[in-house]
This record gives sequence, structure tokens and C-alpha cells, in this order.
Amino acid sequence: MLKMTPLNQTHRNMNAKMVDFGGWDMPLHYGSQLDEHHKVRSDAGMFDVSHMLPIDIKGNKVRDFLRQLVANNVDKLTLPGKALYSCMLTPQAGIIDDLIIYYLSETWFRIVVNAGTADKDTAWILAKRDEIAPELEITPRRDLAMIAVQGPNARAKVWQVIPGAQAATEDLKLFQSTVLDQYFIARTGYTGEDGFEIILPAEDAPSFWTTLHAAGVAPAGLGARDTLRLEAGMNLYGQDMDETTSPLVSGLAWTVDLKSERDFIGKQALLDNPVTQQLVGLVLQDRGVLRSHQKVIAQKDNKEYEGEITSGGFSPTINKSIALARLPSQISVGDEVDVLVRDKKLRAKVVKYPFVRNGNVLI
Amino acid sequence: MSIPTHLKYTKSHEWVRLEDDGTVTIGVTDHAQELLGDMVFVELPQVGRKLKQKEECAVAESVKAAADVYSPLAGEVIAVNSDLESAPEKINQDAHSAWLFKLKPANLSDLDSLLDAASYEELLEKEEH
Repeated sequence: MLKMTPLNQTHRNMNAKMVDFGGWDMPLHYGSQLDEHHKVRSDAGMFDVSHMLPIDIKGNKVRDFLRQLVANNVDKLTLPGKALYSCMLTPQAGIIDDLIIYYLSETWFRIVVNAGTADKDTAWILAKRDEIAPELEITPRRDLAMIAVQGPNARAKVWQVIPGAQAATEDLKLFQSTVLDQYFIARTGYTGEDGFEIILPAEDAPSFWTTLHAAGVAPAGLGARDTLRLEAGMNLYGQDMDETTSPLVSGLAWTVDLKSERDFIGKQALLDNPVTQQLVGLVLQDRGVLRSHQKVIAQKDNKEYEGEITSGGFSPTINKSIALARLPSQISVGDEVDVLVRDKKLRAKVVKYPFVRNGNVLI
Repeated sequence: MSIPTHLKYTKSHEWVRLEDDGTVTIGVTDHAQELLGDMVFVELPQVGRKLKQKEECAVAESVKAAADVYSPLAGEVIAVNSDLESAPEKINQDAHSAWLFKLKPANLSDLDSLLDAASYEELLEKEEH
């Protein structure tokens, strides 16, 4: 039996093509994935991301607990409402999950984790709580829904439909959030566009969705979500990283704090193991489509190197195929590599990602 | 979804139209394009290539996946629809007018091994369950 979000019937009413996404019955698209992609880049689209799980952590010294639990440093969170992207690591420095931590107060932090890893994450966090800070209260919030409204006009559309939202959120900077009545509104997202991720009570989600739709926000499915995040150069858990890869070989060194004295789970393994791989961007020069797991071969200084595409696809904004690939550290931006696609070798160029941000092509 | 009765079909979701001059025109079915979603890339066979029945000869890729296209009949490729290389979305707009390639069949009797519209519809119903 597939799990359903509070918007399941709403998606069906809008003729969504539904798919099994890690045990969740989710909309893939509502007619055309490409149209939905372009709508988010040029105007405003909305995604049901209620399959993701908010977990509230409350009590004294939540910050101390998070200092040990995650690889980024929660001491960067000084202003209430501020958000931090981080990985949660195994002692071997494999990535258990990537997540966003919202700092609401010294006694209340909220983290949002991926759907496919939610049960594993919850079990891990509870076990660590029991070891490190048994007095903390940890609550998975399946009573909440989450809707991401993304695109250059996304904020203005949200302001139209939530009374008081403009005054409450127009001064929010990227990665800041606030609470307004029953809404938790964060200026975050997974598309490379401006917008909000809004957490609200499950029972309010269908009417909120319908009101946004009436205001001109296009429903967008997981298909467009994937092409948008790939263009934005954002990792997908389970594809670009997992428990066998560390953040340092997953393009996420910027989210790891190794400078402070603070100890955290996985830190020693990160310090002990030399980094021999990197995550890079690829743009296909030949015709075709790059896909995950295709093999990459690079010649450099009379040596042959091998790597693999972790996420690949067609970029609707650039009109070319792009990919993220894990390659040996010797390969650098500007190099050309071969990708094995079926029985052919296709030529691709190594580029710095993101590929697209705020509607602009960056490569 | 549309399954015109004047066409023949394969289990691998190609459609075949017999022309007056004895050649055949081949495309992917409306069902296939619906399943694949927005098409973004098409690779077509070389004109002059001789194909066996059920030989892999073209690729249709959507935002979601790559699908191999198999030749429904043995024969020689006499034309390809190169418009699709720059406009693969034509397959989504009308799968039956967006043909992929034309064959001069080696044996017209290959046609007898293909499905008619009713049998193809039945196949799709089975795949649904």
C-alpha cells in the first residue's frame, strides 16, 4: 500500500500522472513535465513535498546536540528563523541524509529530512538522542504538509493568498524563515529559483493548494522537480550521494565545518581519509541524453581515468543534456571526457555547476 | 489514447502503416509516448541499412527514459523523418503523424505476425493490470 500525502486526491482531481516514489504515491507531472519546468523558471510553480518529514527537536541545549549530530556548524545559526543546509554522517563519514535545520529558538529547532530516508533518519536521531541528550523531546511531524512555491513570481503569488504574508516575509533573506499563524514560511527551495517552502497543517493543504492554483501558480510534479534541481546543481540523496560517499566527494565540502574545535559524528573519518574524487558538472557536446550510472572515461597526461554519472538528463533551459558525475580529482573544469551511452562514446565537457540559477544559464 | 484501426502494432509499442506502393511507415504508439512523457531526443537508423525483424534500430528518449525502437518487419530503410531530430516533441503532439522511418519490406508476410488494433488494445489492458 503506497503512502499518500494530504494532497493525493487534489493531484488526482488535477489529472496528475501518479508514480510510486520510494513508497509514496506522488505526481510525476500534470500533463507536460517540460511546461512545468519552464513555468517555474519564468513565473511560478508549486510542488507537493509533504512526503518529506519535518522533525521538531525541543528542550534545553538542542544546539549542543546538533553540534555533534551534523557536519555543518549550527553555531552559524544566530538569528531566529535562520536555516542551515547540512549532511548527517555515519562514523565512517558516509552520508545518512542531507537536511535543512531551522533555528526557531534555543529550545526549538526543526529539521526537514528526505522522504526515502525519513524512517532511518528518525531512528538514528532518536538513538543519538538517547546517548547524548536523553532529555530532548523529538517529534516527527506527519501531521504537517509541505508545499514549495518556486519561481520569480512565487513570493508575490504567496503574498496574494495569505493575508499578512507580505509584511511578515518580504524582509526574509535567502535561507530565513518565519512563523505566521498556522504557516511556517521559509525562503528556501530545490529549484535554483526564488520562492518559499511552506509547512502547514495537513488539513489546510488542499484548500491552500487550490487557492494558489487560482492565483496562477502552476502545479508541478516530481519530474520537473528533478530537472530543475539538476540544472541548479543540487544533489539528490540516493543518487549523487549515499552512505558510501562522503560530503567531500559529493560537492558538499562547503557544508562541512572542519575548522572549529567542535567534534561531530564522522569528523575523524573525514580527517583521516584522503579525497581522491570530486563531483563535477558535464555538458554533452554530441547529441543524446546523459543518464545516471553511465560510465565516464577521461584521458589526461597519458593516463586513463574512470568515473560515473550520478545524475543526468535533458536540461530544458539549456536545451542540451547535462549531468553531475563523480570523477577522479585529476580531472578539471574545461577537460573533455567520453561518456559511454549504449554502444557509443559521446563527448562531454567538464564544467563548474550550477548550470542555471534564477533563470540564467551559467555555463 | 488513440489506437487507429488502419494501423498494425507490435508488442514493443511500434505502429506500422502499409502504403499503396508496398512500403511501410513506422512510428511509436500513442500509448508509448504517453508512458514516456515529453520526448527530448530521437536517434534514427541510416538510410540504406538492412534490418532484421525485431532488430534494435532507433532510440526515442524522453525526459524520463530511453526507449529502444525495434523494426517490426525485415527490410531496407528507405527514408527517415529527420524533422524529429530538432523537434522530438512532435511525437507527443501526434504519435501517428510523427513517423520515424520507412522500410521496403523483405517479406510483406511479416505483417501477418503483427497485432491489429483490437489485439493491441487488449495487450495494453493486460499491461495495466
